[in-house]
Amino acid sequence: MRELLELLEHDARRPISEIAPMLGKSEYEVEQDIKRLEKDKVILSYNTLINWEKFGDNMVTAIIEVNLMPQREVGFDAIAERIYRFDEVRTVYLMSGSFDLMVIIEGKSLKDVANFVSTRLSTIEGVTQTRSHFILKPYKKDGVIINDEERDRRLVVSP
Amino acid sequence: MKVQRDFKERLSPAVQSIQPSGIRKFFDIAAKMEDVISLGVGEPDFVTPWSIRESCVYGLEQGYTSYTANRGLLELREEIARHYDSVYDVQYDAATDILVTVGVSEALDLAMRALLSPGDEVLIPEPCYVSYQACTILAGGVPVAVPAKLENEFRITPEELEAHVTPKTKVLLIGYPNNPTGAIMTRKDLMAIAAFAEEHDLLVISDEIYGDLTYGGEEHVCFSALPGMQERTLLLNGFSKAYAMTGWRIGYVLGAPDLIAAMTKIHQYTMLCAPITAQLAAIEALRHGEKYMKKMVAEYDRRRRLIYEGFTKMGLNCFEPKGAFYIFPDISTTGFTSEEFAEKLLESEHVALVPGNAFGACGEGHVRCSYATSIDKISEALARIENFIKHHRR
Repeated sequence: MRELLELLEHDARRPISEIAPMLGKSEYEVEQDIKRLEKDKVILSYNTLINWEKFGDNMVTAIIEVNLMPQREVGFDAIAERIYRFDEVRTVYLMSGSFDLMVIIEGKSLKDVANFVSTRLSTIEGVTQTRSHFILKPYKKDGVIINDEERDRRLVVSP
Repeated sequence: MKVQRDFKERLSPAVQSIQPSGIRKFFDIAAKMEDVISLGVGEPDFVTPWSIRESCVYGLEQGYTSYTANRGLLELREEIARHYDSVYDVQYDAATDILVTVGVSEALDLAMRALLSPGDEVLIPEPCYVSYQACTILAGGVPVAVPAKLENEFRITPEELEAHVTPKTKVLLIGYPNNPTGAIMTRKDLMAIAAFAEEHDLLVISDEIYGDLTYGGEEHVCFSALPGMQERTLLLNGFSKAYAMTGWRIGYVLGAPDLIAAMTKIHQYTMLCAPITAQLAAIEALRHGEKYMKKMVAEYDRRRRLIYEGFTKMGLNCFEPKGAFYIFPDISTTGFTSEEFAEKLLESEHVALVPGNAFGACGEGHVRCSYATSIDKISEALARIENFIKHHRR
């Protein structure tokens, strides 16, 4: 099952007719496996990694360090939920170290993101401090090198 | 250069007798095509793992640009010894039993030159890698081809070897997992070969460059780890295939001190030493490269199953390869010879592969397909081959 997940994580569009022989299973078995993994929410969604900058979009991404005042009974979870419910928020992690949540936000402009942080994020009860870091240039995302110059340099035929 | 005289007849007879590799012709045609998919490449499609490349870059920055000991950096030889001790439980002394070479190709050449006297015969199971015959001839020996059979999944048997032994037979040269067939030899198969080698007191050269690329629940069996075989075996291995390091040109040979000393003598006057940059990279490969290697092997294994199913579905007679990254389907039902098949397929479908007879006469009727290429390309190549066969079935 792990191998199936690794294949899909690498390329979710790989046809089942290719995956099945690679795993030594029938297409029907692979289909059932995938259905079960989806139902169990092991597979959460199938996304496409897009180089928006190349497309011409100038989206702004910021990583926000958030400090919280933990609440009785629910700890950080309740505040985290109030934060991750926003559409602008792409990713939220609970962190060890000098801050509590790492929140990744996407917006149309610097102003857009700053506005969200100051009016929405920092005003949530329990949020004690935020520090914003804007991403200047992505080099590698989710295991994919953005501008990969490596290519097949082998001879066409060799012994 | 314009020359007035024909120098060909002045060439050494041994060199004259060697035919240029049959692969060249296909390379020339395929190299000019735009959309060719090549299953003809005998090397990994992966680039060397970054940690290995990075260690070489660091070495250069630190000024490692000199010669090394003829036998290779002691650190590397110690890592090789440790590797064989831990993986195969066979012990080699880094000081006396190991020589680092410029790829397995050099190791094979050295072995032949160190061992052979004029007229000595070398048993070579075929199909086999293209240089086995040539290296034997260049060293003054006589290659004796022993054809392996498809019905045995291209494994060689002692009976087949027995039929070709003469009083002049000195060396048995085996290469499993095999290029071009993808065949492997099980422990039982090799035990029988070991008994044969013992009975005829043969030296064995075992080319195990594809050893790490063994699949389907099988495990590679190291020939020198078999009882009594270590001292009569020259074990050749390197980093090219398992660690995707073909261009680094780095390999090694393990064997009895006298044999290694003899090979070192030739090596010191010809090659001097393997490149220090490649030796540094090889140390890193052995120390930290295993996880990257295992990942590549897992990927080859998936492609292997895909391509095997593809050829089987086409109705070609094809045994399941368990090693290296080649599959060797029987294309004789098309009515074409290996060369015709390869040429016509390249012309009409732009898929390059290598005719089986390039690896020995008994490879006729087969073609070698390398699956060291991406899944997408393998799928597309299979579709094109299927289309080709549909239109040419007789």
